[in-house]
Amino acid sequence: MLSFALKRLGVAILVALTVSVITFSMIYLSGDPAMALAGEAATAEDIANIREFYGYNRPILIQYLDWLFRALQGDFGQSHYLKTDVASVIFERLPTTMLLGACAISFALILSIPLGVIAAIRPNSLIDRFALTIAVVGQAMPSFWFALTLMLWFGINWRLLPITGTASWLNFIMPSIALGYYVTPGVMRLTRAGMLEVLASDYIRTARAKGLRPLRVLFKHALRNAILPVVSLAAVQFGFMLGGSIVIETIFAINGLGFLAWESIQRADLPMMQAIVLVLSIFYILLTFLADMINAFLDPRIRVT
Amino acid sequence: MSDTTIPPAGGRPGDVILEPTPGAQLRRRIFGNTGLIIGASVLLIIFFVAAFASVISPGDPYDQVLSRKLIPPIWHDTPKATWDHPLGTDALGRDYLTRLFYGARISLFIGFAAMLISGVIGTTLGVLAGYFGGRVDMVVNFILTTRLSLPVILVALAVVSLIGSSLYVVIWVLGLLIWDRFAVVMRSATLQIRNLEFVSAAQALGCSTWRIILSEIMPNIGNHLIVVATLEMAHAILLEAALSFLGLGVQPPEPSWGLMVSEAKGLMFFDAWLITIPGAAIFALVLAINLLGDGIRDVTAPENRN
Repeated sequence: MLSFALKRLGVAILVALTVSVITFSMIYLSGDPAMALAGEAATAEDIANIREFYGYNRPILIQYLDWLFRALQGDFGQSHYLKTDVASVIFERLPTTMLLGACAISFALILSIPLGVIAAIRPNSLIDRFALTIAVVGQAMPSFWFALTLMLWFGINWRLLPITGTASWLNFIMPSIALGYYVTPGVMRLTRAGMLEVLASDYIRTARAKGLRPLRVLFKHALRNAILPVVSLAAVQFGFMLGGSIVIETIFAINGLGFLAWESIQRADLPMMQAIVLVLSIFYILLTFLADMINAFLDPRIRVT
Repeated sequence: MSDTTIPPAGGRPGDVILEPTPGAQLRRRIFGNTGLIIGASVLLIIFFVAAFASVISPGDPYDQVLSRKLIPPIWHDTPKATWDHPLGTDALGRDYLTRLFYGARISLFIGFAAMLISGVIGTTLGVLAGYFGGRVDMVVNFILTTRLSLPVILVALAVVSLIGSSLYVVIWVLGLLIWDRFAVVMRSATLQIRNLEFVSAAQALGCSTWRIILSEIMPNIGNHLIVVATLEMAHAILLEAALSFLGLGVQPPEPSWGLMVSEAKGLMFFDAWLITIPGAAIFALVLAINLLGDGIRDVTAPENRN
């Protein structure tokens, strides 16, 4: 288990380093960063000053290492637009996005696991068809359109829920549904497939033959095994969700990381953009690492491969 | 299939055929699959609309007539609604139906082109990893993990904003970002067949590696490839819509569906149809492609349905 964990950790760190290189090289995508910062009216002297000030005249490798070591210490530099410390702004906004992500994934799991289980107990029944329809429809719905439609009906036409901001928990209902709905098809399909496979296995037949109560067989014996892949999918999807929250947060004007990312992109605030991409990527890497560990802990067969 | 006793096509009269030919079985599976038929029909209609947009459109997608702005669609019960503009006009007085028709071109083109790019990258990586295994597999796995840890929408938005937005930038950025599923599926499909007898036979005959990959492996993973290709095309279309919605995809005055929703966002409380119509169009297109993909998977590999 320990050697497996160390191996995975090594890969995770390598991936994180590669991501940091990609994130760093973003500043050179638009050509000369000093020229982009200076704007169109700048003189050659201005550009040289900016180059000197931000250290763009050093060798690229030195610039990268400098940036990396500062980032490792939690220093992502100064925001070009807000003129404040990038890290403090990010950590101010992060909890809102985490809360939204947690609500969204809870909504998705609460909706999709029971539906998946019921669909697997009665394959090809009405409920199975209904679940399948939800899955197919959910995968085809553009998230921003779904969010706007929710807003239109629940916020404007029926006046049930507040449409923007984060004033109370009511504000989180629509964004969570809009963000979480997109995850439900995958989780539901995986639960259904896992349950179908497990329910057909010998040990379930044995458990039933022993005369255990059907519900006990279902939850204690079947679901516990079928839920394993769902755990890692949920972890992965949570990571994707934080990235995808940029759309939802922009629509509902939720002051989280996604909205910050969108604002920074609008303002061409490079240090902020870089930091957000890096933070979200590292968070995703951490999540998948944890999911791997949980799976390896629960299922010893994984540790060998 | 109403009458299953009809002898399969291709059989001579008088033949007693108990088992339908493979072709007939395939046809029966295709036409028995409602999702596949619906998906293919809707996709065909949208493709037709896109191809002949200039012929069947009632107007010009860029023509602004400010005196005729915000005319509601014909099902709205107001005297303003007119058959001149069946789906009404937008805030700049452009005919909405025309823009919807031309928007189909953009969605299909971006979806298809991005899918091609990602398909080439993902299939190459996946097949190489599956065929060679070992170190190659490790390297591909590493690239894949790195790619998966980058948040797609965020990176796409950032890159597009830094390079500057255009149709081709959007296509390349999406194509370079969404190859992951191709790689995963192609890798496992290749793994499944690389140790089968016909591959070993080709190796024993001294065929070159390229020949084995191209003429022994590729034809046998083609059905998986088509299924992933449809799903990824749908994915690319959704992403393009999201990018355009956020203002960093297709730029005005082009009639991208995502951009149409974005332009109508401020008016949604008064003129909701302006966001409902283009949103429904994206939904219909993506749904059709997904149904087609699921249908192809069921038809070519019915044993994998569950």
